Amino acid sequence: MAKHSVQPGAVIDGFTVGECVHTGGMATLWSVTRPDIAAPLLMKIPRVSEGEDPAAIVSFEMEQMILPRLSGPHVPACYATGDFARQAYVVIEPIPGQTLYSRLNQLPLSYEEAGVIVGKVAVALADLHRQNVIHHDIKPSSIMFRPSGEAVLIDFGLSHHNQLPDLLQEEFRLPYGTAPYMAPERLLGVRDDPRSDLFSLGVLLYFFTTGVRPFGESETIRGMRRRLWRDPYPPRKLKPNYPPWLQEVVLRCLEIEPVWRYPTASQLAFELAYPDQIKLTARSERLDRDPISTVWRRRFNGNPAPRRGKSDLAAQLASGPIVAIALDTTEGSLALNEALRVSTARILSTLPSARLACLNVLKLGRVTLDRTLDEQGNNKHIDRLVALRHWAAPLKLDESRLTVHVLAAVDPATAILEFAQANHVDHIVIGARQNSLVRTLLGSVSAKVAAEAQCSVTVVRPPRMASLQPPDSVSQKQEQANI
Amino acid sequence: MLLAVFADIHANRQAFGACLDFARGRGAERMILLGDFVGYGADPEWTVEMAMSLVDGGALAVRGNHDNAIGTPTESMNAEAQAAIEWTRGRLSAAQRRFLADLPLTLQEDDRLYVHSEASNPSRWRYVQNTSDAGRSILATSAHATFCGHIHRPALYSMSSTAKMTSFVPTPDVPVKLLSGRQWLAVLGSVGQPRDGDAAASFAMFDTGTKELTYCRVPYDVERAAQRIRENGLPHWLADRLLVGR
Repeated sequence: MAKHSVQPGAVIDGFTVGECVHTGGMATLWSVTRPDIAAPLLMKIPRVSEGEDPAAIVSFEMEQMILPRLSGPHVPACYATGDFARQAYVVIEPIPGQTLYSRLNQLPLSYEEAGVIVGKVAVALADLHRQNVIHHDIKPSSIMFRPSGEAVLIDFGLSHHNQLPDLLQEEFRLPYGTAPYMAPERLLGVRDDPRSDLFSLGVLLYFFTTGVRPFGESETIRGMRRRLWRDPYPPRKLKPNYPPWLQEVVLRCLEIEPVWRYPTASQLAFELAYPDQIKLTARSERLDRDPISTVWRRRFNGNPAPRRGKSDLAAQLASGPIVAIALDTTEGSLALNEALRVSTARILSTLPSARLACLNVLKLGRVTLDRTLDEQGNNKHIDRLVALRHWAAPLKLDESRLTVHVLAAVDPATAILEFAQANHVDHIVIGARQNSLVRTLLGSVSAKVAAEAQCSVTVVRPPRMASLQPPDSVSQKQEQANI
Repeated sequence: MLLAVFADIHANRQAFGACLDFARGRGAERMILLGDFVGYGADPEWTVEMAMSLVDGGALAVRGNHDNAIGTPTESMNAEAQAAIEWTRGRLSAAQRRFLADLPLTLQEDDRLYVHSEASNPSRWRYVQNTSDAGRSILATSAHATFCGHIHRPALYSMSSTAKMTSFVPTPDVPVKLLSGRQWLAVLGSVGQPRDGDAAASFAMFDTGTKELTYCRVPYDVERAAQRIRENGLPHWLADRLLVGR
C-alpha cells in the first residue's frame, strides 16, 4: 500500500493540493483545485500510516464506494476518488460553515429551534435512505447546513449501502460507531435497518433540548449494552416545562424496538412539520423511566430479540409512504367522496405503516377580500377541518397515522402540489370533478396535479349511473400516473 | 475493456444466446467462458460450436467438471448429471470433444484469474459456499480478482489487507467497484441452469478500466429450453428445475 505524505503544491491525478484545512482522527482535508472544475474542492485523504487503526482504511473504502453513488442537496457532491493502489482520496464539494458540533456549548437550544434542526436532518435522512444508504453515524459532527437551509450529511465511513458489499460486516468484532448515539440493535450486529438512524437522531434531539445525553457517554460495551433494556429518563423529568409533543417525538425515536419508532424518516419530518397535530400517547405524559420489573423482563426474557432475515431497505421505505388525499368537502359530490374513500382504504389496507394527510383547499378570491367567517358567522377553516375528519372517520385509522390540513390558496392545484413537495408525499389521491361549470371555467385541478406532481397520482372518478354512461366507457375508472 | 463473463452454460442454447445478445448490446468487447459448456441441457453441439467460434475470435475459456467428464468417464457425478453426460458424449464430434479436453483449468490475464470452481485446487472441483471457501481460494492466488462459477448462485467475496472477509449477494444491474486495496472473488451465477430461485440467466460484465463489476439477469425462453430437454429423453427433472431456477 502506497504511503505518501501529501504536501501543498503536490499534484494528484490532476488536482493541485492547496492548504490543509482540517486534521481529523481518520483523515486530513485539503483544499485542491483542478483547471477544468470551477467549483471549490476539498480532498479527503485517509491516515493510513503504520500503527493507524485498520478501521480508517475500511471506512475510507466504504466512503469511496458510497459517495460517488449519492446525489442531491443533502450530501456533498463527489468529483473523484483515488485508490489505495496509489493515493487514496475522495474529492468532494466543501460545505461552508460549521457542523452542528459547534452548537454544543449553546445547549440546550430552544424547543422550536431544535425541532426545526431535527426536522431538516430527518428530511436529509429520508433522501439518503431513498438512495439505499443507512448513515450509521448520525451525530452533531456529521451534520452541516447549506446557506439555503438544507441539512447536509457528511462522513459515510460507517454507512451501509443496501446494494453494495458491506465491508464493515465482518471487519470488527465490536460494533463500530459513536457510542452515545448508537442504536441498540447495532449492538446486536444489525446493520440493515434504516430506523437505526432515527434512534441516533432521537439521541441528538434529546441532547439538544435537555443538554444531557440520554445514554451518557459510556464507551464500554457493558455501558452501551444497557440501552438494550434500560430506557432513558423522559425529558419531562429533567425539564418540567418540556412540551408533551416534543417528548412524544423524542421517546418514539428512542424506542428500543425499531418497529416502535417512526417507520420512515419522512414520517418523522412530517410529524415535526405539524407539531400541533402530533398524536400524544402515554409517551408524552411520562415523568419517569420504565419500572424495574419491565426493565428486568426486557433484560432477561426475550431480549435480544430474535433477528429477522436481511431486510430490504427499499421495501421497508415503500411500506411506510405518506399518502395525501385531496378532498373537496363543499363541491365534491357524495358519490365522488365515497369513491375516494374506497380507493384510499384500498391503498391503506396493504400498507400498515402508511400515514394519511387529508387536504382541503380553502379557495381565496383573486381580488375580493376574504373573510374567515361565512354568512352564518362560522369559522370556515375550522368547519373544513371538522369535515375532513368526518370523511376520514370510517377509515378507522389510528390518530397517529392521520392528519388534516386546510390550505388557503388562490390556485388549488398549486397548493396541493406545493404541499406534496414540501412534505415529501409519496402518493396523491385526488377526485376528478365531473362536468361541472367550475371545471369548465377554471380547468381541471386533478389534471394539473397529475401532470405536474413528482410522485404517483391516482385520479378517482365516481361510478356513473348506467343511463348516463356512454357505450364505450367503464363504470369506474382510475388513472394511475407515475410522473 | 469491457468483458462479459459466462459460467455454467450447460448446453442451454436459449439462455446462452440471450446472454450473448444482451452482452453485445451493452458493448462487451471480449467474452470469458468459465466452463461447463455441456451437461444438463439439450443443445451441446450448438453450445460447444459457439464456444469454439468465440475462442477463435479471441474469447478465453477454461474447463469445467462436466466438460472434463466427457473425456474422463471416471469423473463422479449424480445419476441425472451422469445420464446427461452419457447422452452428450454421443452427440459431440471428435473435434468438439478435443476442444473441451484441451481447455486449461485456469487462465490468468493481467491481474485477473479465471477458473471454473475455485483457485486453491482447481481439479478438485470444490464449491465456494461461504467466506471460508472463498478465503481459501483468494489466499491461493495473487490475482486482484478471481472469476469462477460452478455453484450456480451469484456471490461476491472480498478479503481485506488484514485477511478479513466480506460476502455479498449482488444486486443485478448495480455496478460494484472492485477496490484495489483488497482481493476479490466473483462467483458468477449460471447462464444455463440458475439455482438461486430466479429462472433468468445469470452472467456478469467487468470493466477493466473502472474495475466495475455488474451482475446481469437475462430472461430467456425457458419453456423452449425445457421442451428441448424433454424431447431428447433427458431426465425430466432437468427441465422442471429450469422453470423455477432451482
